[in-house]
Amino acid sequence: MHTMKNQFDVEECLHQLAHYLPAQAPLKDFIHHNTLHSFQEFPFADAITRASDLFGYRVLLDLSTYRQYYLNGRIRHDVLRQVVERRKPAQYERWITAMLNQQFEPAAAPRIGQLRAGWKRYYKADIDAMVHPLLFRSICSYLDQGISIWRFPAQQCSFLKAIRLLEKNGVISFFRQKRARQLLLNGPCDINSLLQLLVGQQEWFTQYLFDQQFAHAGWSGMVAAVAQQPTGLLDQRSISLEELIRFELLLEIDALDELFGAQWPPLSQRLQQPPTALFDPVEASTLDEVLFMWQEAFEWSFYDQVLAGLQQEKPAAHNMPDRSFQALLCMDDRECSLRRYLENTDPACETFGTPGFFGVEFYYRPAHAKFNTKLCPAPVHPRHLIEASDAGPTHQKDAYFSKHAHSFHSGWLITQTLGLWSAFKLFINIFRPSVSPATALSFRHMQQHAHLSIESNGKQLDNLQVGFTIGEMADRVEAVLKSIGLVQHFAPLIYIVGHGASSANNPHYAAYDCGACSGRPGSVNARVFAHMANHQTVRKLLLTRGINIPPATHFIGALHDTTRDEILFYDEADLPAGLTQHHKLHGEVFAKALQLNAVERARRFESIKLQQLPNRIHAQVKRRSVSLFEPRPELNHATNAIAIVGRRQLTRSIFLDRRSFLNSYDYQVDPQGDYLYNILKAVAPVAGGINLEYYFSHTDNQKLGAGTKLPHNVMGLFGVANGIDGDLRPGLPAQMVEVHEPLRLLVVVERDAATVLQVIGRDEQTWEWFHRQWVHLVCIDPQSKALQWFDGNKFIPYTPLSGSIPVAKDLSKLLTKERGNLPVMLLDQNQL
Amino acid sequence: MMEQVLSIFLLIPLLGYACSLVIKPRSENSISLLAAGTVTLQLVSGLVYVAVWLYKGRPMIDHKDIVIYKSAGYEFFLDLHFDSITAVYLLIGALLSTLVTIYSRYYMHREAGYKRFFNTLHFFLLGYMITIFSGNFETLFIGWEILGLASFLLIAFYRDRYLPVKNAVKVFSIYRIGDVGIILAMWMSHHLFAENITFLKLTNNELVHHQLLQHTGVGIFISLMLLLSAAAKSAQLPFTSWLPRAMEGPTPSSAIFYGSLSVHLGLFLMMRTYPLWQHQLSVRLLTAFMGMCTALVATGIARVQSSVKSQIAYASAAQIGIMFVEVAAGWQVLALIHFAGNAFLRTYQLLVSPSVVSYLIREQVYEYEPQQKSIEGYLPQKLQYALYLLCLKEWHLDSWGYKYAWNPLKWAGRQLNFLNLRRVLVFYTIAFSGGLLALRFSSSLPHTARYWWPVLLAFIGLLMVLKSFTERKKARMSWTLVAMNHTWIALAIAFNESVSVHQIAMYLSGVLVSWAIGFACLRRLKQLEGTVNLDQFHGYSWEHPKIAFVFLLACLGMAGFPISPTFIGEDLVFTHIHEDQPWLAGLTALSLIIDGLAIIRIYARIFLGPHAKSVYEMGYRNS
Repeated sequence: MHTMKNQFDVEECLHQLAHYLPAQAPLKDFIHHNTLHSFQEFPFADAITRASDLFGYRVLLDLSTYRQYYLNGRIRHDVLRQVVERRKPAQYERWITAMLNQQFEPAAAPRIGQLRAGWKRYYKADIDAMVHPLLFRSICSYLDQGISIWRFPAQQCSFLKAIRLLEKNGVISFFRQKRARQLLLNGPCDINSLLQLLVGQQEWFTQYLFDQQFAHAGWSGMVAAVAQQPTGLLDQRSISLEELIRFELLLEIDALDELFGAQWPPLSQRLQQPPTALFDPVEASTLDEVLFMWQEAFEWSFYDQVLAGLQQEKPAAHNMPDRSFQALLCMDDRECSLRRYLENTDPACETFGTPGFFGVEFYYRPAHAKFNTKLCPAPVHPRHLIEASDAGPTHQKDAYFSKHAHSFHSGWLITQTLGLWSAFKLFINIFRPSVSPATALSFRHMQQHAHLSIESNGKQLDNLQVGFTIGEMADRVEAVLKSIGLVQHFAPLIYIVGHGASSANNPHYAAYDCGACSGRPGSVNARVFAHMANHQTVRKLLLTRGINIPPATHFIGALHDTTRDEILFYDEADLPAGLTQHHKLHGEVFAKALQLNAVERARRFESIKLQQLPNRIHAQVKRRSVSLFEPRPELNHATNAIAIVGRRQLTRSIFLDRRSFLNSYDYQVDPQGDYLYNILKAVAPVAGGINLEYYFSHTDNQKLGAGTKLPHNVMGLFGVANGIDGDLRPGLPAQMVEVHEPLRLLVVVERDAATVLQVIGRDEQTWEWFHRQWVHLVCIDPQSKALQWFDGNKFIPYTPLSGSIPVAKDLSKLLTKERGNLPVMLLDQNQL
Repeated sequence: MMEQVLSIFLLIPLLGYACSLVIKPRSENSISLLAAGTVTLQLVSGLVYVAVWLYKGRPMIDHKDIVIYKSAGYEFFLDLHFDSITAVYLLIGALLSTLVTIYSRYYMHREAGYKRFFNTLHFFLLGYMITIFSGNFETLFIGWEILGLASFLLIAFYRDRYLPVKNAVKVFSIYRIGDVGIILAMWMSHHLFAENITFLKLTNNELVHHQLLQHTGVGIFISLMLLLSAAAKSAQLPFTSWLPRAMEGPTPSSAIFYGSLSVHLGLFLMMRTYPLWQHQLSVRLLTAFMGMCTALVATGIARVQSSVKSQIAYASAAQIGIMFVEVAAGWQVLALIHFAGNAFLRTYQLLVSPSVVSYLIREQVYEYEPQQKSIEGYLPQKLQYALYLLCLKEWHLDSWGYKYAWNPLKWAGRQLNFLNLRRVLVFYTIAFSGGLLALRFSSSLPHTARYWWPVLLAFIGLLMVLKSFTERKKARMSWTLVAMNHTWIALAIAFNESVSVHQIAMYLSGVLVSWAIGFACLRRLKQLEGTVNLDQFHGYSWEHPKIAFVFLLACLGMAGFPISPTFIGEDLVFTHIHEDQPWLAGLTALSLIIDGLAIIRIYARIFLGPHAKSVYEMGYRNS
């Protein structure tokens, strides 16, 4: 009777589940990724329709919002026309009418949960209410990293084993009735047999488990993430999705036993109207198509301006005078404006963008620390370790986080002493916010004067090589310098500027740091790179590879705090005597640029008045980073929409409103496209991942984002939930994404189309990103500036619809007036 | 002079609240400045007043404020009282709310419901001030009820999510038990002292002692009812588990309500009525015992909590338990200091709770030791595991509520499933006419019948409201049944000769008007939406916020919310139940509890929760 398809395969099902569940790591390792990664096997348009029908996600904006944008000009008519004509060449009129005027019925209910809704429909039993609270609390207590005082007993065992041990105490049980207890202790309690009891027919097993796990996707996702990456928790646990499901099935059986006694028919017997199978094909409705065309028109209304701007932008004088200094910053969109201000303040300086781990991948171990921290993109597995020592005090204590306040007698004492003092603490925190031991401060990541073990002496620790050999150093320095095209015209001082962020009262602090350093500040990487590039033997090796760094050139590491707009330079004592004066001057340039940057950022914060002196605005920006009551210390990647891979002269005199990732690349240094290959291999998943996480957290902040962060409650130090009985909330909180515009990333590459096509085809995964259009790709010819758009298979010429792009008249004034997104503008050459 | 000035402390929050209702919803600045201004003014006036009061040698102050209703043998008046307990609660309350208001001013920026949040905060403050300044039970009860409602509204602040609404209803139910405790205490004390006794008079040792000596049982009954209310409000056993579940609103509101102010009001009630029960050794022992048990159990539960807010909640409940012990032991000053410390500490801990991740993870990086043992690790393993599991399951406190209170009610209601609207109406008409008839000839009924007849009527009323509480389909029927319950109670009371028609009319007029308004709302909603049932949360406030608001007002009227005619009526009704009619009093009290639950259930099911028609806009149920 059953076809092969209906045979239930536990392994296969668990694998599939782990694939579809949210893949967010514990909070301390928050790393941006495409929220709908599980649908990436489909082209973007199909994928989002499918995701929406299956799981009820909102994947696009409301129809009314698009129409509103159209009326107020944010979606341009000519772009809309172009989109509809391309998608529906034969029926333009029909579709444009539908888009503008037709009324649509709301979409039908999503498929997820329909099968398990049978408990309520046919049995009048709300088993979730009986099962979930204890289930969540058990998982949370087991995984807890340090909130509870009395830890889960038997934490060294795997989850289900620990549960079983506890159950054996014989007095207090997890269960209400005897049967589930018996099953747990004596079996059979494998998934198959338990489902047999609960569901009956095998053909529904997979769907049942999906329904069940998606009723608490946050917890299940966390379990799957920990199972896959146990090192994500410092205090490691052994848990798997399978154990969670078995425990949950037992609790469900127990709940039903409690309600109906030991005899009740399995779900499939009572199923009167079988629900649609979860993974049946999905057909796009008219509304889906209409919405998607609106989205494309929305995207291209912006892209078109950018592309026109890039074409019309006049490169600054090609042969620059002697460079005063050069700075390598992260490709991060947040550094986009800082680079502009550096160049404005000192027109003789030159800036570059590259992923903020500066090509040096390693684990880092702070002095006296008990754990290593990965400082490179998440998928990379480093073989090196950098140790810090001689650092001075590592961390401060705060009695208010002491757990003694929660116990009986010491709590009694503490409330009457510290308790009274906390009124004063609160008072100070509200009227004079300042740094406390609980603030997440970027500069604390590494003590300024810590000694780092950068050079290898053959020592091994934790199976990692401590430090790098000369050859390894040279390889890394060469790769970075060549990929950004910095192989000649070295300035006397070259700054390697990592970035990090600071915030108070913010469980998502890791999401604010550098994504290329696995959600940590980039200070160690900057120092390590600078040290390597200053190394005389390394330079000798580099010389043989065609990079001649003059002896007078010195590299210096630094960290830019993107929240506070402050900078900290490292190893200033090692500066050659002749350069200290220069460095001092450049330091002033940085300080000025940072202040201007803070002012530009401030326009997005409604609570800061913009008609103030810049230093006062900057002070308020800094204050946000330490204020307990500030849910928006900074806005991170909000509004990101483009990534430009090319020389700085392509973007130097165009205003992109901090919306662009900027990765330096010089086609002239890279005849084969090898460096471009490496850049795109990183840009697509990293920038694309950030972009899509913002995208989906914005369109569906309830199901794909974390919702408003104001009621969040920290669970076990690894996640947040609303209230105490809620599901974990992965994704980004509303406060991070509210000003975001959900546009897919447009990658612009300054290179001829033929090479780009050949380069993206080299790697299957990179190709898929572009082929399935999860990110857009356009290349701009370095000489002719002709544009070609990648339609998923081939490049086709693109001519912008926008006329001439306006020149920004008085940018600084505009920035103190307008709080919303600004259009693309050309920068007045005279201002530079 | 000191007396008259007292009213200011109620007028400031009242005015602040009134202004906050009419302010423009878009203007964040004026909303929050008004709130900050109100609380600061309250704080400054409080400081000045307390200074003068201290200078004058801490006199105990009593001020009879307004007489709201008066008839022969019954006087309903607001009375204000000021002593050192009030002073401490005033200063701490005003200081904390000032700080938290300023905190929320930034924290709540751009949050949908910004105005609603500050409105509710004002409302809460008003209730708090009325409670702590109250000079008699009636006044205290008004504040008490306002606090309950404000809590409900703040827990359900995120009203389009499932869990906040569910938990708000849960907390409201427990508060309702406490409310009825006070009503019953009031009822008995009317009989005990033959007046609406002021707290000042309670300090008259001779008077109190004299009365209590003659009526030991009555005295114990009153004290127990007060203890019940206090336990419910202060999350003492067996009610403790509501406290962590109340942490659903924005963090600052959780901090001020459940971390500090609201949760200490049960303690306030015990201190305020201390003169009444200080000579009842059994009550003092029971209070201390309850406090001690709470302290022990809640400490155990706090130790296993793995979420930061629930840990703080249980730790706080444990400290409050100790405060109950202190009060029972007669150490008021210590209890007041303890209260101050706990209020500040928990507020601060909750406000900084999100920092716990960055702080503890950092600490862990440097100080981690595998397999750290806490003190419990030294227990025999079997005992350790059993205790751990017991604490993890919160000593079944949450499920017991369902099992022994909620579910039996549901079961009882389900036995009445055969009733539909028509049958109910027919039965009502016949039985009620019968009741009226009996009333007409009550004087000729034999004594036993005169005693039991009202009990029977009250019982029918109880059945009505039970049916209402468990009705799954027809909202209008459920609503109507609640109103009918009131008429049954009125009828039952009418058998007691001293009740005047005027008083009954006053009571029922409130019910009738509220019923009509509520009914109209439901009708309108049915016209708009097709069906209105009570099977699940519908979240209609998403689409029809205005109807939701009007209906909420009708609910308040129907539930006897303070100052509505129903409220005074209810109070009146109780004064007419004789002290030898415990059955009547018990049934009526039970009716009123379920009545409140039924009403809030109708409101929550229809107007709160995820909007049923916008599946794609709403979060999953557990979110």
